[in-house]
Amino acid sequence: MGTNVRSARVPAVDLAVEASGLRKAFGDTEALQGVDLDVRRATVLGLLGPNGAGKTTTVRILATLLRPDAGTARIDGIDVVADPRAVRARIGLTGQYAAVDERLTGAENLEHVGRLYHLGVPEARRRGAELLEQFDLTDAATRPVKGYSGGMRRRLDIAMSLIARPSVLFLDEPTTGLDPRSRLGMWDLIEGLVERGTTTVLTTQYLDEAERLADDIAVIDHGQVIARGSAGALKQQIGGTRLTVTASDPAVLGSMVSALAVLSAATAAPIADPVAGTVTVTVTGADGVIPAAVRLLDAEGIDVRDIDVAGPTLDDVFLQLTGRPAETLDDVGDPPHAGEPVQGRAEAS
Amino acid sequence: MSSGRTSAAVDTRPSLSWVWRDSWTEATRHLRAVPRNPELLVFATIQPVMFVLLFVYVFGGAIATPGYTNYEQYLIPGIVAQTVVFGSAFTGVGLAEDLSKGIIDRLRSLPMYQPAVLIGRTVSDLARNVVAFVVMMVVAWLVGFRVEGSWLGALGATALLLGFSYAFSWIQAYIGLSVRSVEAANSAGFIWMFPLTFVSSAFVLTATMPGWLAAIADANPFTKLTNAARALFNGQDPGSDLWQALAWAIGITVVFAFLASRKFSRSTSR
Repeated sequence: MGTNVRSARVPAVDLAVEASGLRKAFGDTEALQGVDLDVRRATVLGLLGPNGAGKTTTVRILATLLRPDAGTARIDGIDVVADPRAVRARIGLTGQYAAVDERLTGAENLEHVGRLYHLGVPEARRRGAELLEQFDLTDAATRPVKGYSGGMRRRLDIAMSLIARPSVLFLDEPTTGLDPRSRLGMWDLIEGLVERGTTTVLTTQYLDEAERLADDIAVIDHGQVIARGSAGALKQQIGGTRLTVTASDPAVLGSMVSALAVLSAATAAPIADPVAGTVTVTVTGADGVIPAAVRLLDAEGIDVRDIDVAGPTLDDVFLQLTGRPAETLDDVGDPPHAGEPVQGRAEAS
Repeated sequence: MSSGRTSAAVDTRPSLSWVWRDSWTEATRHLRAVPRNPELLVFATIQPVMFVLLFVYVFGGAIATPGYTNYEQYLIPGIVAQTVVFGSAFTGVGLAEDLSKGIIDRLRSLPMYQPAVLIGRTVSDLARNVVAFVVMMVVAWLVGFRVEGSWLGALGATALLLGFSYAFSWIQAYIGLSVRSVEAANSAGFIWMFPLTFVSSAFVLTATMPGWLAAIADANPFTKLTNAARALFNGQDPGSDLWQALAWAIGITVVFAFLASRKFSRSTSR
């Protein structure tokens, strides 16, 4: 009894979302091929994957919009197929498009959704005013949404899905189509919600977004979860810190490779990229790497424009898992820059 | 109860009162928007008014309608029928718009009575068609149209016309949920209504058409509607046209309310 044994399985009561073996086909296309997921209460699960990976289909099944062909899903222990109405009372859904009625004002949109959750008109208005305040929309509350900016629409959209204090919030690509500033604002806002304890399932094709917001990440590709863990744990799977040296003269790349070989971790040799004019070395630790590299290159008389040390990014994780970089799979628009954590940076010459 | 904390104080027991409450909530969403976008209503009524004037003054002299005081008495019930039936297209376009904007996704994720989305939409469009109907009748009176039958008959004709308009809203709802874009809903909603309303007794006597076309026109449910409404406005006996028109309106409503609701329960944005 008094021993410190913990079950490997999280007790179901702590799980806000449980899904197992979800399959869904649209005609010949198998959108989901057996997706297993669970989300602990008051945490954020990031569903990360390229377009068409099955993220939205997963969210739509969990939010009762689609019936799975096979598998089960439960929200707060309630089966989404058997009792969709009870599930709907416990969730908030913010889809890929800002689902706001442009003809109505912000306050009216909130009141409308509150009434459809059967909160009653006075409570729907009171809660609406509270959310307008929280989402910094009070000034625009009585203006038709038609005149709102993209960021304001998104904020209103999320506020609408929170009106009945859902147990689980689904955010399907909440920052797609936002400009960089609105995107940062949206991240702050989502972090605020999470601090208040809203269990959240977030889909994104942006690695940095998942890294910043999610406690747990499920990498999804071709309708399957191909990796699962925290951003840190996923990076550890790849391991290693990368030293990238940019040459002043591309002709010296070859001698740079041999000069830096001693720094490289056991298995990997330095890799030259003639197009970028860089040499990348996977090293075991970041400490002292830059001075060591500078000394080695200086001893050979090699001129250097830039030296950069960075931990592995989720880009690297994705590349390793799927054999393709995340961004080449992306067919809509330009994703904002994926994480560029620059830890040590020195100019040398 | 067993799931630890419940975050939402939401009543999930379905009840009959939800049908009315949720339908009304959805209807007000659309009705609130009407006064904010008056040009939509203005343009929706300009076209039928223009049609009345063009038909009465351009074609009126050339079209013989024996048995009627003048062409207006023949034309107005037909053109009003066409207007309210065309007005049903708002339903399909509006639903396609909600679908493309993800509003249907959100509504489907709410614990509401789901068909209320369609009921609210069709009812608010009916209200809009009532406005169009009133404007048309005023213009009709100005060009010389008079109720020559009883006012009770005229009221019956009005109910029949609006009932048909409502029935057609459900066809349009089904179309709006089936097509892939707002533009497609617009074309798919309108295109078939032109032959439907023109190959009928709405504008000319079907006897003046080629025999095969007259046969089609006579069997057209829109002809039944027009004939019944025209008889009631002009104080004639509508005969079997009245019951047939009524049966069509009820039949279309039942069948397409079922089809559209089923379609709705599977609809997601694309």
